[in-house]
Amino acid sequence: MITITKPKPFEEIKQYLKRSKGVYLVGCGTCATMLHTGGKSEVLSMKDKLEAEGKKVTGWMVIPTGCDPLAGKALETKADDINAADSILVMSCSFEVQTVRLYSPNKSVYPALDTMFIGKEERPGYFAEVCLQCGSCILGRTAAICPLVRCAKLLFNGPCGGSVGGKCEVDPGTPCGWQQIIDRLTTLGQLDQLEEIEPVKDWSTSVSGGPRQITFEL
Amino acid sequence: MKAGTNLEKVLESGQFAVTAEAGPPKGTNPDVIRKRGELLRSGCDAVNITDNQTAIVRMSSLAGCILLKQMGVEPVMQMVVRDRNRLALQSDVLGGVAFGIGNFLCLSGDHQKFGNHPTARGVFDIDSIQLIQMLKKMRDEKKFLGGDDISGEAPLFIGAAENPFADPFEYRVHRLAKKIKAGVDFIQTQAVYDVARFAQWMKMVTEMGLDKQVHILAGVIPIKSAGMARYMKSSVPGVSVPDSIVTRMAGTKNAKEEGVNIILEIIGQIRQIPGVHGVHIMAVGWEEIVPDIVGRAGLLPRPKL
Repeated sequence: MITITKPKPFEEIKQYLKRSKGVYLVGCGTCATMLHTGGKSEVLSMKDKLEAEGKKVTGWMVIPTGCDPLAGKALETKADDINAADSILVMSCSFEVQTVRLYSPNKSVYPALDTMFIGKEERPGYFAEVCLQCGSCILGRTAAICPLVRCAKLLFNGPCGGSVGGKCEVDPGTPCGWQQIIDRLTTLGQLDQLEEIEPVKDWSTSVSGGPRQITFEL
Repeated sequence: MKAGTNLEKVLESGQFAVTAEAGPPKGTNPDVIRKRGELLRSGCDAVNITDNQTAIVRMSSLAGCILLKQMGVEPVMQMVVRDRNRLALQSDVLGGVAFGIGNFLCLSGDHQKFGNHPTARGVFDIDSIQLIQMLKKMRDEKKFLGGDDISGEAPLFIGAAENPFADPFEYRVHRLAKKIKAGVDFIQTQAVYDVARFAQWMKMVTEMGLDKQVHILAGVIPIKSAGMARYMKSSVPGVSVPDSIVTRMAGTKNAKEEGVNIILEIIGQIRQIPGVHGVHIMAVGWEEIVPDIVGRAGLLPRPKL
């Protein structure tokens, strides 16, 4: 599982940093390094671009795993450089942006990337979403292929009338998730599974229910 | 009778039904609906009012249906799950019934990407099959999806769409069966140009006995020009237009007349296919041609029941 990110437009980043004279840069050694969106070379390239805009970059680091609580310790080791900046620009997923925010109560923290989805590299360089994190998994009834991320209309009882030649009507380059589900169930000899109508979804476990949280007994 | 609408009566009487489609305006003028209603009044048994079709914002289907109802034309209220969640869909059904609307068509809706608000969030809280189920529960159990009682009756004649031309082809008939299981009463199909493929689908439908459980109206869209034929072939998802039709439209001097001839031939062939209970004419923006087509197809006058 990796978190897929893409760079935000530089204009948007400039807008965030409008009031900052000094900026500290943070990248991530895991997903963002693998995707070339927030590894060492991208951080250094951002440093050059910001300096060309007249910003002072007070320092930078690439935290090995930005979503780990150890990120706080890493930031502590560079406290002087960070204190010399007005803001921290995080070149990683929203998880790291918020982790850095947690350990930097007195600094403005901005994202340099858009966090797109939880994805899987299906072939070299091609990443596809695998999970919506909806909180009530239906994979057991859909041949272990999630229609909520594979169907543009989130159909529970698909496919829609726009599925042609195994492709989605929304984008001819995208496979139809329901075609994939039907193909797999056909191979498994279990297509009759789809005769059951999937009941309406309980979305309260998903983004509709407010901040999701849980306490585990440890 | 489930809702006792004119459409239901015609279908239940075993006569070949005719429905038509009218798109509401991209604006506020009720006369657009009234004019289309007047054009279609004598040529069909009920008129579908589309619901933000092709994901373009228009006057609401509910308002359009009320306008038709007020002039004595029977509406079919289209409902897409793209724009409204389960609360809004149910409240619109209540409002529709309050104004005497009885025919409802349950649809997924074209994806918002194709319309004039491509960055909108698609709702898709429930899907079209679940919408059918929800309406059936409202009618038969007089209960909302959430379980509360509905005060008053909810007599609904429940429709849905099906596309015999989408893939996977062999699965389409099973999806129809699923809609029947959910409680659908009538089906209006995607536009038929490829009659051979439609007949093949209908053969599977009748072999499974589904034509005895649901009324199937075959969709047709009259073609006005060679350009429209090419557009329908290349750009409308899930519509299959044979090359012969494109060639015919390209080779004629009177495109509109040839388009009508083609649709009349298709209607003629469709009527020979066992299990087809009617035709649904979607003359998008060309509503004035509908009475002509219905008349020349020998389907006038429409029954008075």
